[in-house]
Amino acid sequence: MLSRTADHLYWMARSIERAENMARVLDVTYNMSLVPNAAESEAALWLPALEISGNVEAYEREYEEYSAADVIHYLAMDMNNPSSIYSALRSARENAHAVRVAMTSETWENINALWLEFGQFTEQDFTKGGLREFCDWVKARSHLFRGVCFGTMLRDDAFNFVRLGTFIERADNTARLLDVKYHLLLPTQEEVGGAVDYYEWSAVLRSVSAFQAYQKIFSDTIVPWRVAELLVLRCDMPRSLHACFDEITPILEQLSGVRSSESRRLAGELHAKLHYGKMNDIFQNGLHEFLSDFIESNNLLGTEIQRTFLNAAVN
Amino acid sequence: MQKSASQFFDEMQLNATDVRGIYSAYNKWLQNVPHQQLSTKRAEAEVLFRRVGITFNVYGEEDGAERLIPFDVIPRLISAKEWSHLSAGAIQRVRALNMFLHDIYHKQEIIHAGIVPASILANSQYRPEMFGVDLPNQIYAHIAGIDLVRTSESQFYVLEDNLRTPSGVSYMLEDRKMMMRLFPELFRRYSIAPVEHYPQVLLNNLRAVAQPGIQDPTVVLLSPGAYNSAYFEHAFIAQQMGIELVEGQDLFVRNNAVYMRTTQGPQRVDVIYRRIDDDYLDPLAFNANSMLGVPGLLSVYRNGGVTLANAVGTGVADDKATYIHVPAMIKFYLDETPILENVPTYELSKEEDLQYTLAHLDELVVKEVQGSGGYGMLVGPAASKNELEEFRLRIISSPSSYIAQPTLALSTCPTLVEKGIAPRHVDLRPFVLSGKTVTLVPGALCRVALKEGSLVVNSSQGGGTKDTWVLEGELENLTQQLTKVKQTKTSKVEEPVC
Repeated sequence: MLSRTADHLYWMARSIERAENMARVLDVTYNMSLVPNAAESEAALWLPALEISGNVEAYEREYEEYSAADVIHYLAMDMNNPSSIYSALRSARENAHAVRVAMTSETWENINALWLEFGQFTEQDFTKGGLREFCDWVKARSHLFRGVCFGTMLRDDAFNFVRLGTFIERADNTARLLDVKYHLLLPTQEEVGGAVDYYEWSAVLRSVSAFQAYQKIFSDTIVPWRVAELLVLRCDMPRSLHACFDEITPILEQLSGVRSSESRRLAGELHAKLHYGKMNDIFQNGLHEFLSDFIESNNLLGTEIQRTFLNAAVN
Repeated sequence: MQKSASQFFDEMQLNATDVRGIYSAYNKWLQNVPHQQLSTKRAEAEVLFRRVGITFNVYGEEDGAERLIPFDVIPRLISAKEWSHLSAGAIQRVRALNMFLHDIYHKQEIIHAGIVPASILANSQYRPEMFGVDLPNQIYAHIAGIDLVRTSESQFYVLEDNLRTPSGVSYMLEDRKMMMRLFPELFRRYSIAPVEHYPQVLLNNLRAVAQPGIQDPTVVLLSPGAYNSAYFEHAFIAQQMGIELVEGQDLFVRNNAVYMRTTQGPQRVDVIYRRIDDDYLDPLAFNANSMLGVPGLLSVYRNGGVTLANAVGTGVADDKATYIHVPAMIKFYLDETPILENVPTYELSKEEDLQYTLAHLDELVVKEVQGSGGYGMLVGPAASKNELEEFRLRIISSPSSYIAQPTLALSTCPTLVEKGIAPRHVDLRPFVLSGKTVTLVPGALCRVALKEGSLVVNSSQGGGTKDTWVLEGELENLTQQLTKVKQTKTSKVEEPVC
């Protein structure tokens, strides 16, 4: 298929996944704000949400304090924030529009409808309510998007690039979420089992739809290292790093065909770490170090995919 | 003076009480449908069009908003007999025009015979680069949109031939789909000739004009991109034909061939259905600032490394100064009598015609010779004093840039407007396809001027569209054609990797 088409499909899927993850982060942070004494201050509660999205510096250039209203606006609706839900969904729609031919009409209509419906939220003041409904809506539209792709698209390269975009973005987002939260919560480790801690960790789990899975698998108190294990190594947990690379690796094998490529090698290497890695070893060397390495390698993989398939040079 | 609506021929209403025969069943149905219900259906159509993204971008609008072309729920009906007349006329015209284009870029016999003046070679749409270039099947205008208007029961005129990159066929197809969805009961009542096979017929024609010897030609559609006003149509047709929708940046030239950049490396392209004007096709040959085109494309094209549809240089034949010679071309090349008539046209390069036009400006329609899309046009009877004066000065400063025609009493068709159902002026654009043979599917884009009294139907000027129903009767060829389409299969079949 055309490299440009693949590029648009890939970024369309990444953008939708990004919007979904941003909605998840906003949703759980907002829920935490309803728990009494969840954080020392409004800033302590909302700053992590910015850190997960990786753009604290850009935020500080525009806003003075970490108030709920400002952070919510920045992450949900700010047109100048390239990672806001607004920007992500807009980019998804623009990418889709540019290659509507390459997808099924159901897929295109789904994204077009998403963008049309989005209009109803843009004027809303979320400090007065409606944030949860908005986040639910974003998540539901993202589910619908994946569903319509899965249910209608021919299993060809177009489908592969859509899936590739989804899982590269998801792996990045899950790793960031875990890194920020784990980092923040570790100092209070000795008090594991406290009420706030429980809420905080269950919020992390809920943000990746893993709360019920945790209960089902461990049926025990929520402890940080098990959360980490669930989100890093469990292959049956659909938003875990391992699960993402279970999808990414075979797609790259198939797209590369007989060609060897750096992206294929990188994916294989990352996959092996997740597939054969032990949680004890990861903790011994530091979870934060592991996650930073992972985020960097995953980014590098993104760059390689871009170079190999999406910006195909003339030669 | 503005004629009152009743003085125009109406497609449905014979007079205040009776309707034309073909409309009688429709009229019976319409009598029993409250207008409110029609409005609801129209609103439903709008929601669907918006959802599907059947929109166009209007140049010069600040927000770059995507707008809907208004869709009217009342169809235009054409009898089988009328259609066979119109289609024969349109086919005849396109055959002659293709022969003219081949001639003018080769021996120029029509000029030597004194039928078309040699001044045509100075026309800016004449491309000297095309002189002596041989094209597969000698076809230049693979897709032609012939604009027809009607003034009475039996009188149709050809308003213009669109031979460059005619657009609008997606509305023919989408309007039909919409009507079938909104009013299925009408399709049971009438036997309406289907148009859905248009993309297949087009693809077969495009494959047929690949350079000889190519077994399994790769056809692509070249679009200026998502910000072009007709992008929806480009995407739609490419999808219907199952071909790649490419932009200039996706193509490159190497070793006298055109390739597209794919995730699996370069892939050769044999036929380009291009929806980009000549001027923007190749920055090395034409407009050097064009970001839309493919550097080196023209040189490959001239050497027979790729086929372009439509060909480069067709503009010289759909120019309004050339238009006046089409009936003579039909005689000259085909030795036939023209089936469809031209609108009588004043050539303002002739002193006599110029004087007449200036004296009767408020009665005439004046058009720029190279204008299109309803831009740069004066409708005398509807123009203000200032507009008339302004146009008079423009004409005097460059008479040969304009032609004038009598203001035609375009037929009207009942249309759902705010006040209810009222007559509005319409035209008709069937699409003639040339490749192996010259054919057209039984249908057309019907444009309607929604403003009361307006004669300008262009979508860029607030016009809307209607579905056109060609009623089946003696259209025995049609079924034959359909079977043929079904039998054609693409040989390029990829096996799944499982």
